[in-house]
Amino acid sequence: MTAISLKVNGHIHSLNVDPETPLLFVLSDELQLRGPKFGCGLAQCGACTVLIQGKAVRSCVMPVSAVQQREVTTLEGLGTPENPHAIQQAFVDEQAAQCGFCLSGVILTAKALLDKTPGASDEQIREAMSGVLCRCFAHTRMMQAIKRYQTRLA
Amino acid sequence: MNDLWMKNTVSRRDFLKTSGALVVRLSAVSAMQPLAWAQGPFATHLSHIDPARLDSWLAVGSDGTVTAYTGKCDFGQGMYTVQTQLVAEELCVPTSRVKLIQCDTSMTPDQGTTSGSQSTPTNFNQEGLAQAAATARVALLAMASQKLSVPEGELTIEDGVIRDKNGSRISYGELIGGKHFDMNVNPAAKRRSPAEWKVMGKPVPSMDRVALITGTFEFVHNVHVPGMVHGRVVRPPEIGATVASVDEKSVQHVAGLIKVVVRKNFVGVVAQKQWQAAQAAKDLKVVWTPGPRLPVQKDFYDYMRKQPSRDVMLVNSKDVEDKLKLSTRVLKAIYVHPYQAHGSIGSSCAVADIQKDHATVWSATQSVYPTRHSVSVLTGLPLESVRVIFVRGSGCYGLNAADTVSFDAALLSQAVQRPVRVQLTRLDEFLSENYGAACVIEQKAGVDASGAIMAWDCETWSASRGGRPGYEKPGNVITGMLAGFDTETVTPRSAVEPTEELRNGANAVPSYMAGCIGGKCGGAGSIRSERVLTHAVSSPFFTGPLRSPLRLQNTFAHECFMDEISANGKADPVAFRLQHLRETRMIDVVKAAAKKADWDARPSPKPGNGRGGTVTGRGIACVAYEGDNGYAALIAEVEVDQTSGSVQAKRFVVAQDCGPISNPDGLRNQIEGGILQGMSRALGEEITWDDRKVTSIDWRSYHSLSLGMQTPIIESALIDRPSVEATGAGETAITLAAAAIGNAIFDATGVRIRAVPFSPDRVKTALSARG
Repeated sequence: MTAISLKVNGHIHSLNVDPETPLLFVLSDELQLRGPKFGCGLAQCGACTVLIQGKAVRSCVMPVSAVQQREVTTLEGLGTPENPHAIQQAFVDEQAAQCGFCLSGVILTAKALLDKTPGASDEQIREAMSGVLCRCFAHTRMMQAIKRYQTRLA
Repeated sequence: MNDLWMKNTVSRRDFLKTSGALVVRLSAVSAMQPLAWAQGPFATHLSHIDPARLDSWLAVGSDGTVTAYTGKCDFGQGMYTVQTQLVAEELCVPTSRVKLIQCDTSMTPDQGTTSGSQSTPTNFNQEGLAQAAATARVALLAMASQKLSVPEGELTIEDGVIRDKNGSRISYGELIGGKHFDMNVNPAAKRRSPAEWKVMGKPVPSMDRVALITGTFEFVHNVHVPGMVHGRVVRPPEIGATVASVDEKSVQHVAGLIKVVVRKNFVGVVAQKQWQAAQAAKDLKVVWTPGPRLPVQKDFYDYMRKQPSRDVMLVNSKDVEDKLKLSTRVLKAIYVHPYQAHGSIGSSCAVADIQKDHATVWSATQSVYPTRHSVSVLTGLPLESVRVIFVRGSGCYGLNAADTVSFDAALLSQAVQRPVRVQLTRLDEFLSENYGAACVIEQKAGVDASGAIMAWDCETWSASRGGRPGYEKPGNVITGMLAGFDTETVTPRSAVEPTEELRNGANAVPSYMAGCIGGKCGGAGSIRSERVLTHAVSSPFFTGPLRSPLRLQNTFAHECFMDEISANGKADPVAFRLQHLRETRMIDVVKAAAKKADWDARPSPKPGNGRGGTVTGRGIACVAYEGDNGYAALIAEVEVDQTSGSVQAKRFVVAQDCGPISNPDGLRNQIEGGILQGMSRALGEEITWDDRKVTSIDWRSYHSLSLGMQTPIIESALIDRPSVEATGAGETAITLAAAAIGNAIFDATGVRIRAVPFSPDRVKTALSARG
């Protein structure tokens, strides 16, 4: 056990955990956050995605010790139900979800790309999303929501 | 809304107190049974919450809040929203005034399993939740009539307030708030007709969506119970392996380890933290005695056909052999479909708190009451001491590992006498979930000189082992089996001739057959010389319902074979289907899809397509889902790269008739997801194995289409039929995807691929065999 300091969604947390613990377990068990979720534990599906300084990162394979001193944002850190972030609003507008378990991967991966590259081509968007799975296959609406967010950025 | 929905700790009693309604009595089961209970796994069953009593379904608080209790829950398909719409509609209140409680053995009636496209038929027609809500409205109107001394016919209801034309008014809260209805559900209470609908039939946004998108929705994975610790399981590397020894010393070094739990062949670990449990599960040395070798995968379909089988003859006109002999030509084909995984994106999770005298399980099961039975059997606790509370998991599409992980959590919690959360790994789930069944379908059809079908003979084989645990078989999933309970296996039996009316629940009977038994014809088609014989054979792997179970596999074979017969006669596939269909709802969906797609009427394959480069084609498939539970036709337009063998769907057009449409946007969402899920299953998904174990064990080796795929255009023509019964809608479109794509590949290339998935390698091999 080691004392670890984490900044998540703007709040600083001091925790005593095994430094090898995957960031996901700290977020979901210790901090009881609901955004990042255990999908495969293999960094193959995206359900555990968080943003670390704007970059989409798979928290299921990232040791918590590796993210100290860096700002972590989860899906619930973007906006609130009352005041959703623009990309979340785009997903609401398109009704782009079924079970919704995959949304951290879908929304945060798209956000990381488009915030850095607002003019990303469809090909670049597909490339960025190629490691993200949605097993309900709400793909059509999700891609429309991503495009809607991109239009708002322009 | 979300927190209310997910109230985990509150009892029905407490809940009603907080919602302002009076405590609802959990009435003893009444001797009278005015409605037909326990018709099957999806129907409403008797339990301590008497489904005959209105108070079991509905309560009205003094503030006018309507609390409704349903045994059909939402797995991401919108059932929460649409059932809220239903109650609001029948009671003439806004949706915001309805609180829906889903699937909790302490609060809701036993409605068996939420699956099989049965939630709409069960709760939206003349029984279940709809009939209870209609009963309540009729009763409230009668009460108001008495209170206001005005005949019922002169009263109107709006927003939970009943008025007469002179301005007198009384609210639901004033009429019943704080009191029981104390009456039976009235099977004769009149439902509001679709013509009157104000809330139903409208595209009400799904009520969970904002919480999902903002990351605040509580899944079962997010349930935290005070004192909760973490469990992991150690599954055998192969089905049938047994524990030889467990070396507990091998995990002594793991900090926070609470216990290594072994019960017969069930092995698990419990630790303070999830990471510690994961480490312990990884490091624990278990020696397994190997199970039987697996049949070789490349010969598996032949192997299936040689197994002893349980046979059912679904239809037999007894003249098929003769008619085939008289035919101008007999076409024959064998279709095969692999095992596929549910592959939920979230590996399954459950929390159980098994104490000495009572137990609570938070589970994403589709079957809270059956799970209660299994947990009772596994823990030895009396049934009435076990409570199972549904909390949504990730999309399950049938019997994923939600049940088995609930049993895992129960066994581990009982061993440590503390609440335990169990998170399965993707490997746990890929190795031993209840796969969608592998199938072989052998087709024979005789045609006359014009190409029309004279006789159709069909024989199917499906692999089966275990399945839903139901009310008595915990061993039907891996955990129960490991803990020593029997697994349901196939008992061979020869077929008897059918005597009752046609049952086509698995769509083993092609839509084009007349389905005549004893002079009564229940099929959708016109072919009268017909025979369908099904064989269930023993599976080396667990199997269970996977979205459109057997119906998808059978429909793939029927609709592709229909295309073969059509091509043989150089007929247009749409016109040829219409020529052999009798059911008007089928005819209508085929015509509607063709019209919307601007169907290119001509025989397949497409003239002028070369043998190289990229070619395009279109294909159609249609189905009367489960014989009569929804009708759909799907047209696929694909592009085939003949060099790589890669298939891209460019456009889908679907026509669907599911009776009165409860929520058109929810329906569209289901159709879109169903088609693309069906496309992923058709193009890449397949369980693979070597002689010992399953080798499709992660998302690299089991191929699901990602968000990076080329998303095809999906267009839908929804046929609204307000005057007929509501049918299911979640499984119709997916049933057709493989068939429509397969037919489009044939149209594009002239190559018929009779095995799913249409992977690039398989397509390339088929193209090179074209000569």
